[in-house]
Amino acid sequence: MENINRKNNKKLNLQALLAPVALVILYVFFSVFGKNFFDVYTLKTILESSYYVGFMAFGVTFVIISGGIDLSLGSNMMCSALIGCYAFSKWGLPLWTGLLLSVAVGTLFGLLNGVMIAKFKLPPFIATLGTQMVTLGLGSIITNVQTQRFPTIGTANEWFKKAFYRCDLLGIKGFPIGAVYLFAAFFIAIFLLSKTKFGRYALAIGSNEEAARLSGVKTDNWKILIYTVCGLFCAIAGIFYAACYTTVIPGTGNGLEMNGITAVIIGGTSMAGGSGSIIGTMIGVFIMSVLKNGLPSIGLQSQWQTFFTGVVVIGAVLLDQARIRAASRVRKN
Amino acid sequence: MVQPILEMQGIQKYFPGVHALDDCRFELRAGEVHALVGENGAGKSTLMKILSGIYPRDGGSVRLDGREINVKSTLEAQRLGISIIHQEINLMQDLTVSENIYIGREPTQGILLNGAKQDAQTNALLDSLRLTDIRAGTRVRTLTVAKQQMVEIAKALSFSNTRILIMDEPTAALTESEIEDLFTFIRRLKAQGVGIVYISHRMEELRIIADRVTVMRDGKYVGTRNMADVSMDDIISMMVGRVIYEQPKTKSAVPETAPVVLEVINLRSPAVKGVSFTLKKGEILGLAGLMGAGRTEVARLICGADPMSGGEIIVQGRKMRITSPNDAVRAGIGYLSEDRKRFGLCLGLSVADNVALPNLNAMSSGPVINDRKVAHTAKKYVDRIQIKTPGVHAPTKGLSGGNQQKVVIGKWLERNCDILIFDEPTRGIDVGAKSEIYKLMNDLVRQGKSIIMISSEMPELLRMSDRVVVMCEGVKTGELPIEEATQEKIMTLATQHTGG
Repeated sequence: MENINRKNNKKLNLQALLAPVALVILYVFFSVFGKNFFDVYTLKTILESSYYVGFMAFGVTFVIISGGIDLSLGSNMMCSALIGCYAFSKWGLPLWTGLLLSVAVGTLFGLLNGVMIAKFKLPPFIATLGTQMVTLGLGSIITNVQTQRFPTIGTANEWFKKAFYRCDLLGIKGFPIGAVYLFAAFFIAIFLLSKTKFGRYALAIGSNEEAARLSGVKTDNWKILIYTVCGLFCAIAGIFYAACYTTVIPGTGNGLEMNGITAVIIGGTSMAGGSGSIIGTMIGVFIMSVLKNGLPSIGLQSQWQTFFTGVVVIGAVLLDQARIRAASRVRKN
Repeated sequence: MVQPILEMQGIQKYFPGVHALDDCRFELRAGEVHALVGENGAGKSTLMKILSGIYPRDGGSVRLDGREINVKSTLEAQRLGISIIHQEINLMQDLTVSENIYIGREPTQGILLNGAKQDAQTNALLDSLRLTDIRAGTRVRTLTVAKQQMVEIAKALSFSNTRILIMDEPTAALTESEIEDLFTFIRRLKAQGVGIVYISHRMEELRIIADRVTVMRDGKYVGTRNMADVSMDDIISMMVGRVIYEQPKTKSAVPETAPVVLEVINLRSPAVKGVSFTLKKGEILGLAGLMGAGRTEVARLICGADPMSGGEIIVQGRKMRITSPNDAVRAGIGYLSEDRKRFGLCLGLSVADNVALPNLNAMSSGPVINDRKVAHTAKKYVDRIQIKTPGVHAPTKGLSGGNQQKVVIGKWLERNCDILIFDEPTRGIDVGAKSEIYKLMNDLVRQGKSIIMISSEMPELLRMSDRVVVMCEGVKTGELPIEEATQEKIMTLATQHTGG
C-alpha cells in the first residue's frame, strides 16, 4: 500500500514538472528559431502581456478549484476599467478615486456572482454568463460607447503609467514595475490557497461541497467570498490592462475570460474542482504569453497563436486524463 | 456427484504492485446458488470480473462444461451464457424497460427500429420470468428499485442461453419485502437450471438462499462448504481467521439516573411526521425501521442538513435553533452519514485535511492555518482509533471503507461532539472492520459520549443498542428497552402502519 502510494506521488511530481518543462522548451525553441526573440525587450513584452491575464487567472483559479466557473472575467475587467476611467475623465474625479471605483465595481460584480450562485442556487455557468453580458453592456452604457483613454507619460497624471507600467527603478530605464505586482499577487495567491482557511475551504467545497457543509463549514458564505475575491482580481487586472494598453474600448473584453480560464487549465487545475495550483496557473499564463510573442517571431501571425493555444489546452488536458487513469488503475487494485 | 458447469482453477491475477488473486478456485453446478464471501478486498469481485471477461487472467484455467474457455469481453461472456449483474443499477432511467433490455441489439426492419417486435419479445421474456407486473413500455424511472433490479436480471437472461448469473450484492438497496421477492425469483431461476453466483456481505441472507459457500481471504481460496454443514460463526472465522464481534447486549449499560443530553419533540418535515424521543448520556439509542421509514431524515433534521417545518431540539437542557449544519456542530452534534463518499468525506483531500475540516477555526490564527497542528491532530487519531493509512497526508479515497469511516469519526471527536449520529455505520464495511467500529462505539459511550445509531441490520441493532426506537413511514411506532427487544417485535413495529 505504502509502496503504491509512493509510486503515485512520483508520477504526480512528474506531471507537475511537465508544464514548467514545456514552458522552458517553448522559450528555448523560439530563442533558437525566432527572429529577435531572445532579448530583454521581448522578455519584457512577454511579462507585460501576462499582467492582466495573470490577475484574472489567479482569481478564477480559486473559483475553478471550488468547482465553479466565472465567465464574466474579461468583461468585468473591462467594465470596471471603463467606469474608473470615465469617472476620472468625465466626472472629474481624481485618478486615484477613479481607480478605487474600478476596484469597487469589479468586486461588486464578483459579489453579485457569488450571491446568485450561493444564495439563489443559479448554476455558475449561467449566473456568470449573465454577468458577462451585463458588465459588457454596462461599460458601454455608462461611457456612451466612447473609447476611454488613460493618462500617458508626459501628461498630468503620468504617475499612473509609472506606478503600474514602467518606471526608472534601480537605475534601470523602463523597469517593468507591473511584474512586481504580478509576483506579489502570485505569492499572496499561493499563500491564500495553501495556508489559509479560504484556500482550504475552496478545495473542500470543490472536492465535496455537501460533506464540507455537513462538517459545519458555512459553504454559502465561503462561495460568495471566493467569487468576490475573483471579482477583485478582475478589477486589478483591469487597472494593469489600462496601464499597458492605455485605451479601453467599450464592448470589448468578452472572450478574454477564456485566456484566464485557459491558463488555469494548462496549469493542471481540475475543472471538476477539488485540486489545483497557483504555480501551475502562473506557468499557464507564461506559456500563453510566450506563444503570443514567439509565434510572430517565426513568421506566424495571431491566428496561429489561437490555433496553437488550442492545441496546448487539449494536449494538457489529455495528459492530465492519462495521469488520472493511470493513478486510478493503480488505486483500484 | 453432479458435474459442475463451471470450473475455475489456479487463477492468478496481478495488478501493478499487487498479487490480487493467488491460486483461486471456484466451481458452480447447474441450478445451485453458490455464495462467494470474503472481506472487502478479498478478491471476490476480481475473480468474477475475470469470469465475465472484464479482466484478463494471468494464470489458471476456466472450464465451461469441461471445455477450456478464454473470455476476452463481456459480449463474449454473454454469448457463452455468462451474465453479471453489478451492485449498482445500470439502467437508463428515462428509457422504457424494453429499450433498456435490448439496448445495443435492437430488432430492426431495414434501417428502422422495430419497436413492436422489441416490445413483444420483452413481454414474452417478462412473462416467462413471471414478472407480469412489469411491462415492456414502462419507463424505468417509475419502477421501484427492486423492480429495476428484476429488469436487470431479465436483461441478463434475455441473452438466449444464460446459464451462469453473477449477482454482486443484489440486496444492498432493497427493503425486506423486496428481498423476499428477489429470493422467490432466484429460486425460480434455480429450478430452470441456472447456476447463480451470489456475492453478499449479509450473512443472514446466505442461510436463506445459498446452497454452498466459497470463502476467500486476501486473494486466496480458503474453502468451500455446504451451507447446511456450517454455522455463520464458522464462515465468519474462515473469512477473518479470528473470532469477531463484541458480545451482544442483554442489559442496558445506562443507569436510570443518567442525564438526558438530547431531546427532540414533535420533529416535522415532509418525510418526518412528528417524532419525539430522548437520548441519555452514555447511551446508544438504536433507530430501527425499514428503508424509507424516515430515520435518515430525522438524523438530517437534528444535524441541520435539511430544514425542519416544526418541532424542538433540546440539547443539554437548552432549546436550540438548528437551521444549518454549522448550528448543529456548535451544539456538539456530529453526523456520520450512511453515504461516506457523498456526505462524509472530501475524497480528494488528505486524511489530515478531512479531520481538520470542522476544526479549522481552532487550528488557525486568524485566517492562517497552522499546518503542524493539523498534521499533529490527524496523527493523534491515526494512532488512537487506528486509521490504517500510508500517512496523514495521503488522500482519503485510497482508504478502505472502514478506515474512511474512522476518519469521519476522528473529525467529530476532535470537534468534541458529545452527540454522534451514526447512520448505517457499517454499510459496505467488511466484517473485521465492523467489529472495530463496534468496539470504538462502545469505547465512546463509556467515555460519556451519546450515540444515535441508525441501522437496517437487526443483529447489529440488538448487539449495540441500549434502547431501540422504531419508525415506520415517518412516524415513531414504538420504543423498546434492549431487555425486551427482539427481531420479531422490532419487525412488527417497523411494519405497523399507523396511518399518520
